[in-house]
Amino acid sequence: MLELKNLHAEVEGEGIEILKGVNLKVNKGEIHAIMGPNGSGKSTLAKVIAGHPEYEVTGGDIIYKGESILEMDPDERAHAGVFLAFQYPVEVPGVTNTTLLRESYNTIAASRGREELDPLEFDDYIREKLDLVEMNPDFLERSVNTGFSGGEKKRNEIFQMAVLQPTLSLLDETDSGLDIDALRIVSEGINKLHGEEDAVVLITHYQRLLNYIVPDHVHVMLGGKIVKSGGKELAFELEEKGYDWLESLAKVNGEAK
Amino acid sequence: MSETKALESMIGEEYKYGFTTDVEYEDFPKGINEDVVRLISEKKNEPEWMTEFRLKAYRAWTEMEEPSWFNATYEKPKFDTLQFYSAPKNKPKLNSLDEVDPNIRETYEKLGIPLDEQKMLAGVAVDAVFDSVSIFTTFKEKLAEAGVIFCSISEAVQDYPELVKKYMGSVVPARDNFYAALNSAVFSDGSFCYVPKDTICPMELSTYFRINNMNSGQFERTLIIAEENSHVSYLEGCTAPMFDEHQLHAAVVELVALDNAEIKYSTIQNWYSGDEEGRGGIYNFVTKRGACRGKNSKISWTQLETGSAVTLKYPSVILQGDNSVGEFFSVAVTNKRQQADTGTKMIHIGKNTKSTIISKGISAGRSDNSYRGQVKISKKADNARNYSQCDSMLIGQTCGAHTFPYIESANPTGKIEHEATTSRVGEDQIFYLQQRGISEDDAISLIVNGFCKEVLKELPMEFAVEANKLLGIKLEGSVG
Ligand SMILES: Nc1ncnc2c1ncn2[C@@H]1O[C@H](COP(=O)(O)OP(=O)(O)O)[C@@H](O)[C@H]1O
Ligand SMILES: [Mg+2]
Repeated sequence: MLELKNLHAEVEGEGIEILKGVNLKVNKGEIHAIMGPNGSGKSTLAKVIAGHPEYEVTGGDIIYKGESILEMDPDERAHAGVFLAFQYPVEVPGVTNTTLLRESYNTIAASRGREELDPLEFDDYIREKLDLVEMNPDFLERSVNTGFSGGEKKRNEIFQMAVLQPTLSLLDETDSGLDIDALRIVSEGINKLHGEEDAVVLITHYQRLLNYIVPDHVHVMLGGKIVKSGGKELAFELEEKGYDWLESLAKVNGEAK
Repeated sequence: MSETKALESMIGEEYKYGFTTDVEYEDFPKGINEDVVRLISEKKNEPEWMTEFRLKAYRAWTEMEEPSWFNATYEKPKFDTLQFYSAPKNKPKLNSLDEVDPNIRETYEKLGIPLDEQKMLAGVAVDAVFDSVSIFTTFKEKLAEAGVIFCSISEAVQDYPELVKKYMGSVVPARDNFYAALNSAVFSDGSFCYVPKDTICPMELSTYFRINNMNSGQFERTLIIAEENSHVSYLEGCTAPMFDEHQLHAAVVELVALDNAEIKYSTIQNWYSGDEEGRGGIYNFVTKRGACRGKNSKISWTQLETGSAVTLKYPSVILQGDNSVGEFFSVAVTNKRQQADTGTKMIHIGKNTKSTIISKGISAGRSDNSYRGQVKISKKADNARNYSQCDSMLIGQTCGAHTFPYIESANPTGKIEHEATTSRVGEDQIFYLQQRGISEDDAISLIVNGFCKEVLKELPMEFAVEANKLLGIKLEGSVG
């Protein structure tokens, strides 16, 4: 599904390198977790995969469904099934959730040769999805993320994921800002959405989320690289020993190129 | 990356109305003096009082100075080489559509304004003004049945002189300002509407203004009178061909609402706005004012301003009648090198008068967009209230937005509320929407439409779709 080959990226025009050679392989049907301390480059990695213009890929490649997507615009990547649940979802005043989602759904449907839904059909369709994350229907007519609490924004991201049915979901710190009940509900939603044909990459700080969504693989990111990969037990080890442990590990691995 | 490219690729096809129509014009001298003013009046076969009105205005104008207090810079019009009157050669006064010059008919078809009544938008009567002359007014008979007069101002001067004499210049006096004086001297044509007592006008009225002749100015004059307990909704649309030279458009619009009457006046202004370097485009210097003379009367201005190289325009309401209401809903979009200085004046004179101002300015490219508004509560206007909201949106890094609210209150019971915001369409917003599969241009369109929703919903339904499309076209590829 997704393969990152020695991916390097820097802030466009500023020459600050943030991703320093990331290698990662994600197969259909899998759930991967990427953990790592603040500033290690996790969000940047997700944004680079989704095609954010702020970053320039300076080396390596992103292979998605067998092809390089480096030349694709963000909307084309979305059409191909890439979905990013943002760590900081953006407010879009004046545009309601329904307007955005109908436009998104139909654009993606059209690009894949699927049938578009008219407003009434679409309304039926999204109401089903609301239940999945137990979201109040009032949110449909509110402006996208505008004035939403941190937790509401995160829930809204997963609601959008449910509506758009992506094949690769990058969930950036979806757990932060959610209280314990919301975390359970949202996690259950993600578990239900995940199947044999899609893949999920969870980005998180804490082991807590992984009690609800059990990853097949865990990777630890540090200084713009994946420094260690393992099974779900790696998350526990990390929780126990802290990131300091990894930093010493990274040094042993020879940060110096 | 893709953003500047998208911008460049859009430029060529942006303005769809830039074609010219090949018509023969009557000869008319260039420049202006008393003889020219007399000649215009003569051409139009006007009565003595009208000629006098023009001459007085002309004399006033010669003593006035071109204003310069606004936030725009431009090369002043060359009045001595400008042609002040321009009429297609074919017989201008027409009773049947068959007599309209086929080239002109085709022009309106191209603009999406069929003059054929069968094909008209349901329930919209149209007056078509081509350069200086009203070409054709549709649905006249149907309106006459309801007692509504809708015709060109030239016809009104001939057929309803008492009404014209009574009201013309009563809201915007000839001496009001430099361009109003000029208009009063040389106005060529425009629309006239009279809605009698206890009448609800049975359809939307609209006028389409088209400047075709390269060297001519357009000076139209519109007068709308709503008698007691009447209601009318009027819309004007404007387009012009693309020329390298600037053209002057200096209109005067006067509205009069008597007791319990309501006038809703909407504008979709899409004059040619010039090219990337600021070459060409219309100078849109207009004076629009409404008088709520009667008790409980109401005047609403709604405008979608997207065109012109330079716009100076402040549709205003004088709230004389007790309990009268004034409204101003505006979306002003500037792109490339456009400059707009627009807003409103709400002058509260009567008791319990109320005004609302909602202004949305959108600037892109290297344009400059200013809101300038005045709210004045006079001594006798007990319990007057105003609410103003002025929001600016910036797209890209090279444009400007400014807000100049002037507030004056001479009555302690008055209440004035003013809110203003400025936001920038961020790369993050666009990326967020693109991540959801929406193209960059559609993303901008969604954000902008969301931003002006409150104003767009005030436009008559028949024109809402057109307005949305226009906004989209105007801002395509504008993130640089
Ligand atoms: N646009 C940018 N300009 C400058 N520095 C940036 C930019 N984006 C990210 N960074 C820096 O890159 C590093 C990684 O950031 P980020 O990917 O957000 O980390 P994480 O999500 O792992 O906390 C941080 O030091 C951050 O400050
Ligand atoms: Mg992050």
